[in-house]
Amino acid sequence: MKTPVSERPCCHFFRAIASAAKSLVTGLGITGRYLAHPREVVTAEYPDNRDGLKFAPRYRGPVTMPHDAAGEHRCTACGLCEKACPNGTLSVLPQRNCADKRVLGKLVYRLGQCTFCGLCVEACPFDALAMSHEYELASDDKAQFERVLNRKEGR
Amino acid sequence: MSTAEATVALPPGFAPAAEGSREAEAYFLNMGPQHPSTHGVLRLVVRLDGETVLGVVPHPGYIHRGIEKMGENMTVLQYLHLTDRMDYLSALFNSHSVCLAVEQALGLGVPERAEYIRVIMSELQRIASHMLWWGVFGMDLGAITTFFYGFRDHEFISQLFEQVCGARLTLNYFRPGGVAQDVPADFVPQVKKIIAQTRRSLDEFDRLLTQNVIIQERTRGIGVLPPERALSYGCSGAVLRASGVSFDIRKHNPYSLYDRFDFEVPLGKNGDCFDRYEVRLREMAQSVRILEQAVTQFPAAGPWRAKEPAHYKLPAGAWFHWVEAARGAFGTFLVADGGAKPVRIKNRSPGFSNLSVLDELARGAKLADLVTILSTLDIVVPDIDR
Repeated sequence: MKTPVSERPCCHFFRAIASAAKSLVTGLGITGRYLAHPREVVTAEYPDNRDGLKFAPRYRGPVTMPHDAAGEHRCTACGLCEKACPNGTLSVLPQRNCADKRVLGKLVYRLGQCTFCGLCVEACPFDALAMSHEYELASDDKAQFERVLNRKEGR
Repeated sequence: MSTAEATVALPPGFAPAAEGSREAEAYFLNMGPQHPSTHGVLRLVVRLDGETVLGVVPHPGYIHRGIEKMGENMTVLQYLHLTDRMDYLSALFNSHSVCLAVEQALGLGVPERAEYIRVIMSELQRIASHMLWWGVFGMDLGAITTFFYGFRDHEFISQLFEQVCGARLTLNYFRPGGVAQDVPADFVPQVKKIIAQTRRSLDEFDRLLTQNVIIQERTRGIGVLPPERALSYGCSGAVLRASGVSFDIRKHNPYSLYDRFDFEVPLGKNGDCFDRYEVRLREMAQSVRILEQAVTQFPAAGPWRAKEPAHYKLPAGAWFHWVEAARGAFGTFLVADGGAKPVRIKNRSPGFSNLSVLDELARGAKLADLVTILSTLDIVVPDIDR
């Protein structure tokens, strides 16, 4: 165990005061340096800098389904994403179209269950899924957490 | 108060004191589960005589999610994203140990470039984890400045992680046979920038905290862990090395490419809080050394993932592999019966063993020292509960 302060030699006491003063000046010096060099400060003023926020291209936000200019997606309703998902976030609901071909009816995405692991996007052989850069996902409406990713049903 | 009544009133883990003894006057203090210095949802029941600690019983379990049981119901590839949620400050090490166990099972090789990516990312993760610890350690001792400085430097590494893995905390980057994606084109220059930044920061850390008299007074001689006790409790990582036991899996049981790099295993002498603090700071410097070597040897091109099997069907058998995580030895024990899902997955986490010495270290210390000791043990509670 440590020697109690009362049992230490008194020179230790004065040495401690001297080094405490030195420690204080050193610490204040480092902080003061940043005060004098505001350019080295990296703090982001988050809610105010929303417009200028830059995300890394690989940033994993909620899953989306990219649609081309004609409003078509590339999903074939194969169900590999549903299989790859660890916690049942995605449900592929297929349909039969007029030519009796199996096509995507609905791709249901439950945001509340998603862990943003990206395994569904990795599993998709047609690049029909992507991870968006959406943020601030909190909501007090439970319906917000269940989304249908495709815009058109059937076809 | 009769002994029978006392047994009922005492929280589990404590024996009733003899009547009339000084200990009978001691009282209990409940620290946590939402106390800011328990680093997560950990409840400590402390028995105190005045402000002297007579005993501590940790009550973990508040963040138990049954991750290992969940692992039995999913493929190993799906399990990887759950390992990020154990020790979230060293997510890559967790998935690395799972990957190594699966690679053993499947006989998968890893391309050289992938191994270099793994080493660089792991060492960055170790630095990030230690920096965050350094900041929180300062805050536990009452210095809020360190918290911001630690987080600032942790942030540079987080930003690189975001560009490489797409996430900042739950990275989900390592895969059996390599990594999920190749690194971006400007990866090496960015790592070089972080190396330079870390060197500057480490110097700043030293001036700000290591040589500070308050830190010296509050850590030297506090919570001394003798090497034989550390070994018998199964401690690992900086907690064990601060007691003077040279045990680093990277050095003594090299996995990945760690036998190619020249680095030291920093050791402490006394096993007190200050040694645990210093060992971590010196470990960061060693990680920077590994990074510098890895960056110069980094292959300019090549595959980042071995050809993956069509199905992850593990053959029947049992495999174990461990890695040196930021907090100590993290291992994965994998049992399979030939199906797509493992029969059993067990993770050995460093936090649980390191927490078990808390009672022994804190006995006789002051209540404020308990916070210091807990902080230098550097536990992450989700890693203990899993």
